[in-house]
Amino acid sequence: MTATIDAALGNEATGSPAGGAPRPDHLHLLEAHAIFVMREVAAECERPVLLFSGGKDSAVLTRLAEKAFRPGRFPFPMMHVDTGHNFPEVTDYRDRRVAELDEELLVASVQESIDAGRVAEPVAGGSRNRLQSVTLLDAIAEHGFDACIGGARRDEDKARAKERVLSFRDAFGQWDPRNQRPELWHLYQGRVRPGEHLRAFPLSDWTELDVWQYVRREHIDLPSIYYAHRRPVVARDGMLLAVSPWVAPTAGEEVEEATVRFRTVGDATCTGAVRSEAADLEGIIAEVAASTVSERGATRADDKFSETAMEDRKREGYF
Amino acid sequence: MAFSSAPSPVPSAGVATGSDLLRFAAIGSVDDGKSTLIGRLLHDTKQLFDDQLEAISVASRRRGVDGIDLAYVTDGLRAEREQGITIDVAYRYAATPHRKFVIADCPGHVQYTRNMATGASTADLAVVVVDAVSGLREQTRRHCCIAALLGVRHLLVAANKMDLAGWDELAFRAVADDIGELARRLHVESVVTVPVSALHGDNVVDPSPNTPWYDGPTVLAALEQAPAGAWASGGGSGPRLPVQWVVRNPAGGRSYAGMVSGGTLRRGDEVVVLPGGQQSTVADIRTFDGPLPEAPASLSVNVSLADDIDVARGDLIATVGSAPPTSPELEATVCWFSDRPIEAGQQFRVKHTTRVTPARVVSVESRLDVASLELRPSPHLADNDIGVVRLVTATPLAADPYRVNRVTGSFVLIDEATNATVGAGMVGAPAIAEPRGS
Repeated sequence: MTATIDAALGNEATGSPAGGAPRPDHLHLLEAHAIFVMREVAAECERPVLLFSGGKDSAVLTRLAEKAFRPGRFPFPMMHVDTGHNFPEVTDYRDRRVAELDEELLVASVQESIDAGRVAEPVAGGSRNRLQSVTLLDAIAEHGFDACIGGARRDEDKARAKERVLSFRDAFGQWDPRNQRPELWHLYQGRVRPGEHLRAFPLSDWTELDVWQYVRREHIDLPSIYYAHRRPVVARDGMLLAVSPWVAPTAGEEVEEATVRFRTVGDATCTGAVRSEAADLEGIIAEVAASTVSERGATRADDKFSETAMEDRKREGYF
Repeated sequence: MAFSSAPSPVPSAGVATGSDLLRFAAIGSVDDGKSTLIGRLLHDTKQLFDDQLEAISVASRRRGVDGIDLAYVTDGLRAEREQGITIDVAYRYAATPHRKFVIADCPGHVQYTRNMATGASTADLAVVVVDAVSGLREQTRRHCCIAALLGVRHLLVAANKMDLAGWDELAFRAVADDIGELARRLHVESVVTVPVSALHGDNVVDPSPNTPWYDGPTVLAALEQAPAGAWASGGGSGPRLPVQWVVRNPAGGRSYAGMVSGGTLRRGDEVVVLPGGQQSTVADIRTFDGPLPEAPASLSVNVSLADDIDVARGDLIATVGSAPPTSPELEATVCWFSDRPIEAGQQFRVKHTTRVTPARVVSVESRLDVASLELRPSPHLADNDIGVVRLVTATPLAADPYRVNRVTGSFVLIDEATNATVGAGMVGAPAIAEPRGS
């Protein structure tokens, strides 16, 4: 019986002692908890939505949604908040995954927010990353969403480290880190009044390494740019940015053909690549385990604006 | 920005098993050094990334700190750094070659007790930080008391600021004796006390030359040796499956999705569905990945029953013979988190497992005096108070005593107007309290 359940759980060489109780491992516990959170949100909220950027964390979330709700359909649509500055490999992946899943995808467009005069296009060379908050809040209002399920993790940033699994947003979409709801045990309560909403983070307790180990265990398909490849890049603000229609070398910047991969995937104007030869999961996991630079520290210009850049963005409605 | 080949902060890329994962909460009074201790622990075990260290040292310099303020590792909010205090729990993750850790750095202020309870509610162990110069404070006692009520059975006490206490063994002994006495009265299973200086790193990860009179473990060694995994199993009540979600299979039939607690649910088990009381047999247990012969506690599974009976979200599936009592009357130990005191006649919503139902306060029986650990008659509980409350619920609840099962023995109280979570309840009287006047 013991051997059977280890095999059924996909345990790799963590066989239980003879006669002992089967032991779910660390990833099983994280998976089971994330599934539990998703089901609670789906059951307690009237109109949830699953945020899907095409990055690795949302790829994991999507697999967890399958585990939580199949053979049924997802009890929520998926939504991509699209800055218009995408890596084509990521939008291709997004469309492929959505087709495979046969679920509904909504696209909330930052370009439309700009065209509608809701936000101003940043000055030349600037990033649209921060504008996503307005587009997201507009989409929440338009569709009447009362919960957004996202892939943010507490190990990413010191402000995220403070956030609840179900995180309350007031009628203005604001996070108030000084006045969060108590959240004891696994009693996630999702009651909000009209106009208010929740952000739900099933991957709260996952680390970057957990995500990669899970991707390996589950054979999760990811956009190709997560794996080492050659592409033209420019060094800017201590990061390697991919040359694209929105990132062109300026005076004094040199384009270099480098072997890189992406550790996070976001808006192309503020997501940096890292030099890497890791072309497969084993290589990436070894690299992540040995890294001396944090995931966002290596790759995200948006966190470098100030000491509390993430907290400030979150307060105004960012993911 | 390239990945370097420097020594790994996570020496093993392997996957830890449940018992190789320790969840702990740092608790204790404000300014006794919880955040600094956690910062020191992460720093000296090389869990901090270069860019995080750089950001912390820049922030420290900006605020006139000599060197780096290790509290900034977890005090990440603007207001926390401005005030030099912890407002809400910070969760950090660490790994050594022996174990993975989930760390909840809790705030010490009385005002933020609700956040401390949040952090301690899922902990296997509490690291109690005590200023060795000033000794145990009321807030230290309150935190230990709440941790014990929440089911934390192991305390690791850091007698901190030993440098300021002149490395005096007597100061350390005084802390160890006081906390030992408190722990005995709280019925805690194990207490380890370590003399430390979180500021300088003595006995946190590396043994200190300043404490030749101490031959116990460092904080890290004690964390690596402590019993783990108690939280994940929920208790020893026998298996329970609170139904979260009813799955209608396209091929016909229904299954019931939820997380198992309290024991292992097996195919073929005779079960009862509560509160209705219908009986059936577990016909199938499966996940997305296929069927399972049995589901241990803490797994999320789908269960099918042999009979076509009415089962809905909020119902509890338990094995016949080990099922909990079902009643609309509830006596519980409540931690109160609202400015408006709780008293007889008030109405709330209760969330118990996956069910939300209206509840009325029949009476507030008593309030726990944190200093004496005595229950004293009281008609209400004020903010941050702990006491015994009797409730009646609109729908009968299938509840275990909290000491038997943390999942089916816990609930929260929700304000009907604001939806705020105003109280946390544990079914049964506090196991730690002593009769008045003893």
